[in-house]
Amino acid sequence: MTLTTILSKLAGGMLTSFSIFSLTLIFSLPLGLLVALARMSKNALVKGIMRIYISIMRGTPLMLQLLVVYFGPYYVFGIKLSPNYRYWAVIIAFVINYAAYFAEIYRGGIESIAPGQYEAAKVLGYSSSQTFVKIILPQVIKRIIPSITNEVITLIKDTSLAFAIAVTEMFTIAKAIASSEKTLMAYVFAGIFYYVFNFIVAMIMERIEKKLNYYH
Amino acid sequence: MEVFNIKQASKTFDNNLDVLQGIDISVSQGEVVAIIGPSGSGKSTLLRCATLLETMDSGELSYSGEKAAWNGPDGKTVYAPEAELKKIKSKFGLVFQNFNLFPHYSVMKNITDAPICVQKRDPKEVFAEADALLAKMGISDKADAYPYQLSGGQQQRVSIARALAMNPEILFFDEPTSALDPELTGEILRVIRTLALENMTMVIVTHEIEFARIVADRVIFMDAGIIIEEGSAEQLINNPENARTKAFLSRLQL
Ligand SMILES: Nc1ncnc2c1ncn2[C@@H]1O[C@H](COP(=O)(O)OP(=O)(O)O)[C@@H](O)[C@H]1O
Ligand SMILES: [Mg+2]
Repeated sequence: MTLTTILSKLAGGMLTSFSIFSLTLIFSLPLGLLVALARMSKNALVKGIMRIYISIMRGTPLMLQLLVVYFGPYYVFGIKLSPNYRYWAVIIAFVINYAAYFAEIYRGGIESIAPGQYEAAKVLGYSSSQTFVKIILPQVIKRIIPSITNEVITLIKDTSLAFAIAVTEMFTIAKAIASSEKTLMAYVFAGIFYYVFNFIVAMIMERIEKKLNYYH
Repeated sequence: MEVFNIKQASKTFDNNLDVLQGIDISVSQGEVVAIIGPSGSGKSTLLRCATLLETMDSGELSYSGEKAAWNGPDGKTVYAPEAELKKIKSKFGLVFQNFNLFPHYSVMKNITDAPICVQKRDPKEVFAEADALLAKMGISDKADAYPYQLSGGQQQRVSIARALAMNPEILFFDEPTSALDPELTGEILRVIRTLALENMTMVIVTHEIEFARIVADRVIFMDAGIIIEEGSAEQLINNPENARTKAFLSRLQL
């Protein structure tokens, strides 16, 4: 196998890794906010359910969650799933896992906003949704960006866990090449790919952070 | 004409502390009322009840005759429906001790956002008014600054401008100078005095007795959730009748 073939195969896997990464963020960032709000709800039942959900997601390995989401429908309900489901199992598992982590970050951010901000908004007549969207959320986002960056970087590396159910993302491909060609080359290049991916994401996050630095 | 009226306002917190025990205050158009009293006497809670940040347990509240809250058959306060309260909210403003400016908004946006987005007024008119308010507060050059770039005194002037931009009929102040360095209190007191001269109706909680004497038409002394004594500034500050008022004032003078 030539170097070009290895690289093009890895690049194909990279595309899958990138799509797992993007879809996970697109769904888990908003879902995390909803979970955070539910977690802070006045309704004790809603609050309790969210607390349990978050603690399970954070207290068990993502790989285990992935296997449960993938095999669960078959073993528990006897549903036969199409091979396509592999990919979606990864997305579902990642989204519900990351939403739990993001929820805790959002919650910390929301709780760190001084009550005076809510009071000023209330006296000025803002509705509670206006208050949240215009006054609270922008300040929360600025505060939590560093923690979000940490999670996002972890997510890049976590996409490699998809190999556990044989989704052909980059790591799975690297492993296959390594064992058939008896060379470490594929791992080395996969490592470089992951590193560059990380580097670009970190740079983008830093840009966002800087952009929000127009106030303290 | 009566702008603000609170009757028999009572409030007990969960810890069974009777913070307000039947407060009656009526304020007429153009009147400046100063509220003084020891820390913990319920002054902030009274302003918070008046501005709907806190609910009363019992008591009545109205602005220019429009009822915001009244006593139900069981003697507990009933509040007007949300739509009604929203209308009433534009009749008053509150200036906080800690300013509570929105840090992510420029000075101009802090002042103009609520008139535009809440009161749905014409942005052009709102911006023109905001320019005039900034000029009056002496901070025209700070329109594009962010709160963190301002001194405490400047921040408090922005927060007064923000409250005034809503065109309230009455403005409440909760210790507007207490968070400021002593050398900055003067600029805020001067601003409030200017407003008084322009006939702005105001209720000011303050520890600045000299200021209260100069600016207030009426001074109220509160202690332990009760109005102990009230009268003209001269009368209450120079010749207090009640022993508690005397003790409080003499403690301040030491
Ligand atoms: N949200 C609250 N919960 C419980 N107690 C409160 C609350 N707000 C104020 N208090 C208590 O009510 C009393 C009066 O407080 P406050 O109105 O802030 O007094 P002042 O403004 O005159 O210093 C204080 O003893 C205070 O501890
Ligand atoms: Mg107070």
